[in-house]
Amino acid sequence: MKEADKISASEITDPAVYFNRRNFIRTGILAASAVATGFVYRRLNHPATGEIKTAKLEGVITTSAVTNAASGFRVDEQETSLENITHYNNFYEFSTDKEGVASAASGFETKGWRVSVEGLVNKPGVFDLGDLLKISPPEERIYRMRCVEGWSMVIPWAGFSLSKLLDVVEPASDAKFVAFETLLDPRRMPGQQGDVLNWPYVEGLRMDEAMHPLTLLASGLYGRALPPQDGAPIRLVIPWKYGFKGIKSIVKIKLVATQPRTTWSEYAPNEYGFYASVNPHVDHPRWSQATEQRIGESGRRPTLMFNGYEEQVGHLYAGMDLRANF
Amino acid sequence: MKDSDLRFAKLLLLVNGAVPLALLVWDQAHKRLGANPQNFLILTTGMMTLIFLVLTMAVTPLRKITGLNWLIQFRRMLGLYAFFYGCLHFLCFFSLDRGFSVSGTLSEMVKRKYLVVGGIALLAMVPLAVTSTNAMIKRLGGKRWRVLHRLAYVAAIAGVIHYYMQVKADVRKPLVFAAVLAILLGYRLITYWQRPKPVPTAATAAKQG
Repeated sequence: MKEADKISASEITDPAVYFNRRNFIRTGILAASAVATGFVYRRLNHPATGEIKTAKLEGVITTSAVTNAASGFRVDEQETSLENITHYNNFYEFSTDKEGVASAASGFETKGWRVSVEGLVNKPGVFDLGDLLKISPPEERIYRMRCVEGWSMVIPWAGFSLSKLLDVVEPASDAKFVAFETLLDPRRMPGQQGDVLNWPYVEGLRMDEAMHPLTLLASGLYGRALPPQDGAPIRLVIPWKYGFKGIKSIVKIKLVATQPRTTWSEYAPNEYGFYASVNPHVDHPRWSQATEQRIGESGRRPTLMFNGYEEQVGHLYAGMDLRANF
Repeated sequence: MKDSDLRFAKLLLLVNGAVPLALLVWDQAHKRLGANPQNFLILTTGMMTLIFLVLTMAVTPLRKITGLNWLIQFRRMLGLYAFFYGCLHFLCFFSLDRGFSVSGTLSEMVKRKYLVVGGIALLAMVPLAVTSTNAMIKRLGGKRWRVLHRLAYVAAIAGVIHYYMQVKADVRKPLVFAAVLAILLGYRLITYWQRPKPVPTAATAAKQG
């Protein structure tokens, strides 16, 4: 064994080198840990992005802004980008994370989709999606969309008025409401494997609301077929109501005599009503509805009565207490 | 643990705690905060506040269980990070959501219970941050300082309730925070009950007799 005093001076690491090496290692650890933390952060907390590859829709009718202004079919405001419309979604059937719906819904299969129209109608039927879409050519409708959470978008939908479908099936005279139902398939809609809401999602409209020309059965946006995260292959859009009324991925439409149950009003009756018309004067119990965050804008803008469609739909609610029927 | 190692470990914590903020600023500058950047900023800073609050509360139980006494050295920085992200969280709300309007912020806070609860959580952290220096610990005296710093429990509990109250339907994440917090507080309760009872002195024994 070598004696301690026999170690030559040249074998002892120079303190400067030793400390440099230590600093070098520490800098490495510091950098590596920061990268690791950054990586974890990115995995847990990243906004969604991605391309939309759904098919182009053929023969979408775009009529002039002049003729559509009074009808409310075409709002003259900056449209929200396709990227934002398709990566900020409330669609709990896939994910409760608005930025996580797009990836959770990608690959959602809609082949062989059928919609049953039943209940108090003279001509009930189960429509293949293709046949249903042939009822009327798709029209471009540029609507404001106001979410009950306090944000909004402007979306160029493609579709036709729900009334055109209802005309085909001929509602019976005792039909007073229309009930809608989303697909129930926990395998294809993984969010349904949990019980955050009572599945399937159901919604409803009063007959006059359902027959209003603004009420849209939408099958596309930005001239393309609806991406899964936005309610493929067919959904409802009621521009003067909060977004949750616009039920997605519809498989059943049933005409009924009494007010149907609706998912959110059943979940929290004091927070979400059956009517759910946009109303800046009636706050959500937990937050104000007076203003909204328009996606793509900074700052908040005032929310409009009936989301700016008062002229078109105000008469439907004449004499109604909108505070009680929120 | 050697002094220089400890200093390095603290530096590690300092740098890593700032990583989420650095990435938020970077993403904001590159317009990569998604469709609703305002919300993303408010949510992320709020989440960071809760994470650091929970980490702060975890120090003492971890130290007692593992016997690694040097862990206590990180508690102050963890707590200050919680306060720092809490302030950012409020600033984001005040600027991006309320447009720097003091009256708009106050009127909204009065109307919304979850904002009141969040305000309590943040205010509870103010005296903790102010008295976090060694000089303040000395000035207050260890016992009084420890009593004051039980406000951390108020901040953490109020913070989690604040989160729970504003979630629309999916309460899983707030419940995870609540569960972790419950374990950390439960540990404290159990050790409190199991603390060694003071041995009766001659004087008290005489009184009892």
